[in-house]
Amino acid sequence: MSEPLLQVEQLQTHFWTPDGINRAVDGISFHVGAGETVAIVGESGCGKSVTAMSMLRLIPEPPGKIAGSIKFQGKDLLKLSEKEMRAIRGNEISMIFQEPMTSLNPVLNVARQIGETLRLHQGLSARQAEDKAIEMLTLVGIPEPARRVREYPHQLSGGMRQRVMIAIALACNPKLLIADEPTTALDVTIQAQILDLMRDLKHRVGAAIVLITHDLGVVAEVAERVIVMYAGKKVEEAQVGALFRTPRHPYTQGLLGSVPKLGSSLTGTETRLAEIPGLVPSLKRKIDGCVFASRCAYATDLCRKLAPALEEKAPGHVAACHYAMKEAIAA
Amino acid sequence: MDTATISERNAAHIAMDRNAGNVAVAPPMPDILPPVRPRGGFLGYLRRNPTIAIGGGLVLAMVCVAIFAPFLFTRDPTALAPALRTREPSAQFWFGSDMLGRDVYSRVLYGTRVSLTVGFSVAILASVIGLTIGLVSGFIRVADTIIMRCMDGLMSIPPILLAIALMALTRGSVQNVIIAITIAEIPRVSRLVRGVVLSLREQPYVDAAVASGTRTPRIIIRHILPNTLAPLTVQATYICASAMITEAILSFIGAGTPPIIPSWGNIMAEGRALWQVKPYIVFFPAIFLSITVLAVNLLGDGLRDSLDPRMAKRV
Amino acid sequence: MSRPVLEVMDLKKHFPIHGGFFGGVTAKVYAVDGISFSIDKGETLSLVGESGCGKSTVGKAILRLFGLTDGQVVLDGTRIDDMPAGTLRPLRRRIQVVFQDPYSSLNPRMRVRDILAEPIRNFGLAKNKAELEERVALLMDKVRLPRDAVGRWPHEFSGGQRQRIGIARALAAEPDIIICDEAVSALDVSVKAQIVNLLQDLQKELGLAMLFISHDLAIVEHMTHRVAVMYLGKIVEVATKRDLFSAPKHPYTEALLSAVPVPMPGAARERIILKGDVPSPINPPKGCRFHTRCGYAFDRCRVDEPVLKITDAGHWAACHLHDRPAAENPMAGAKGADLIAAH
Repeated sequence: MSEPLLQVEQLQTHFWTPDGINRAVDGISFHVGAGETVAIVGESGCGKSVTAMSMLRLIPEPPGKIAGSIKFQGKDLLKLSEKEMRAIRGNEISMIFQEPMTSLNPVLNVARQIGETLRLHQGLSARQAEDKAIEMLTLVGIPEPARRVREYPHQLSGGMRQRVMIAIALACNPKLLIADEPTTALDVTIQAQILDLMRDLKHRVGAAIVLITHDLGVVAEVAERVIVMYAGKKVEEAQVGALFRTPRHPYTQGLLGSVPKLGSSLTGTETRLAEIPGLVPSLKRKIDGCVFASRCAYATDLCRKLAPALEEKAPGHVAACHYAMKEAIAA
Repeated sequence: MDTATISERNAAHIAMDRNAGNVAVAPPMPDILPPVRPRGGFLGYLRRNPTIAIGGGLVLAMVCVAIFAPFLFTRDPTALAPALRTREPSAQFWFGSDMLGRDVYSRVLYGTRVSLTVGFSVAILASVIGLTIGLVSGFIRVADTIIMRCMDGLMSIPPILLAIALMALTRGSVQNVIIAITIAEIPRVSRLVRGVVLSLREQPYVDAAVASGTRTPRIIIRHILPNTLAPLTVQATYICASAMITEAILSFIGAGTPPIIPSWGNIMAEGRALWQVKPYIVFFPAIFLSITVLAVNLLGDGLRDSLDPRMAKRV
Repeated sequence: MSRPVLEVMDLKKHFPIHGGFFGGVTAKVYAVDGISFSIDKGETLSLVGESGCGKSTVGKAILRLFGLTDGQVVLDGTRIDDMPAGTLRPLRRRIQVVFQDPYSSLNPRMRVRDILAEPIRNFGLAKNKAELEERVALLMDKVRLPRDAVGRWPHEFSGGQRQRIGIARALAAEPDIIICDEAVSALDVSVKAQIVNLLQDLQKELGLAMLFISHDLAIVEHMTHRVAVMYLGKIVEVATKRDLFSAPKHPYTEALLSAVPVPMPGAARERIILKGDVPSPINPPKGCRFHTRCGYAFDRCRVDEPVLKITDAGHWAACHLHDRPAAENPMAGAKGADLIAAH
């Protein structure tokens, strides 16, 4: 098997705070193949956004500290100099953020925002950069690109801004696109437009996507493989179909059960939502045993004492639970 | 399919009869940062906010100097000794003596009293009056238009000129200096408070209080006022610092504290003629003024960061 | 039939935009532009729509957090929109609110006990201090928070716990109706389920009427009896939950349903992706407000504004398509299940 595009091994991102070390990400390993869409899901504070930021080394050190390895096309990003890293950011790996208004510079017009990365990474002239900017706007489906390219962020609607963000991210033909909650701040109908655009662009551009989200609906619509995070750890990973059909980790089961399903009134499945009792544990104290034990209905003394390892429970389906059943895996 | 079957289906993937023999245990993750020993209490607070510790410590030291000036090896700061004029700093005159033979060390220490009195009084008076005006302005729309135009007018005059003009109308005294600087500082406070009040009025908890039948006076006292105190405290420290500088300037140009009272501005004004030959007469009060203002500003910055963590993160 | 707890008739709220040197009114935001609905005792009516459609303004207008531009609000037969503040105050007890943001909806400088005691004191619901304490303790039980937490400050609680405190404050006044303004939208998935269940339990237990304002159709479907869909300050469709989700009669509702991502990978569903953005409420389109994005719009839609008309029993929609013969009306069938992949 060839080497995947991105291989993250034992990634740890800790933060120094006056009242303890925050172990925001504590030993995550995963890989992303070329052209693949991998979703990282979890609730706020599970470390999914910190994982994304760590991949681009956007964590301020100090107070943060990253350990482990992030191999991108064979190079360990954590060993690169800041200058080498800058050549990768926005070029080979680019990122889309949740809030398009604050991630766009309010005093630059769209042409400049898109052109900036192109001129920096590809050495295009101002003229070429603007032509390319118009081309990118056409790609992301903005009507009248020649006029829009001269506009400033405040003149654009929320959906438009997110399209511009995507255009900036794709301008240098990145191999990997990290999308951190790209549709969370948008309305449903606009979200549908952006998800549609992302699916469409994926076929045309062929970049691998790491999608960070809390919305299981969005995951189901765009992801191929899913990583479920809880309290800084990966608790389950599977192909999207397998994960939604047979969730194996009690947390994933709880998460799926707590989402109301659209159409429940039609299929007669209107019942009480499944709750996950309790609260996410503080990451500032070291947790012995399974991170989910404090909220898990199945937890035993074993879970509270010993942290379960990630085990392959079915082909391509790993979960970190002592009691999740193993299916016979054909050799 | 209903939830029961879903949870049954899920539970089918959980096998509770695992024998302990083949437990796969995740290797523990190493610590990559040195451990932090969280400290509680007042000392812990100071450790987390070093600017408050330094600024507050210096301000406290200055307050002690002002209170205990007579016991800090000073002599009468107004006692003339024509025979001992303009002596260099020595064991007898720690900071030297001025052109009338007065001990600069004693005068500087006693001068602390004037500066701190003016600084603290202006800070308190301007905050209280500014808070009242700001609250009225933030709650009564008609009053707002009138008050804010008046404040705009006041703010268009540089505060130092306004203070000089007000001092020209009255007789020089510490009390009048305080009044003049307070008037000049009020617009800044009331603008701040008004802004805070207007944004607090939009807060959902204020809406919720209205919906639960709370009367306006109570809303102001319970919901608005306590939440304006943090930004107001920070503003008050800046006003305190700026009032001390303004006092020194007024005294320096002879429009402030009467020359009979030793204040840093007065000492510098008197040493001005000799500053090229006897720089220490100006130097020591200037140093004291700078350190005090710096200390108050540090305290203000520290308070701002600690009271408004969002602001601190942004910087 | 008993009269509804709350009736809203032709409610309008226009916000003036001040501009120019003298601060004159230069334009108006037509936030809510003539909407009517009613809620019965024990019933949940949901108001759904995207941001800027005016749904939150409706909630605040009913609470009289600002005056109305036009229209009437009738609480249990008494008109309250034109009451003087003093007369209204005791009636405020009957309508309470839970806001979206669990952080800004609690005063950071008040302990939980004082937050919960405020409405009890204001409406004189406790005779003495002991009774007040007892009521506060019971409220904590109702929202499943420990009684001894009453002495703590809001910042000591998590988002979900704060939302429980917000709900307890609303219940403290013993209301007839609770307005939930995006009350679960800011919460994490698993916490959201806890709060949704709590709200449902409380509603059943106390027989509350509820106005559930939300943009999340899946939660709405789970919570509600009837749904009103808003677009640009107007209600475009009202129906019982089942009718609305099985057979949407307005093209906007149809698009909304198809736009919600469902947590079922590979679900086969009909997808309608609306073009463009919601127009500005400062200058809403003439005719039908939705015609600029509607896939079925025809000439009449651009000039003539449709009114809410009954299409089936208890099902109202504001769309000209229903004046056409059924063969030419794409909104006639029941295709909800295809849109949301519920089979």
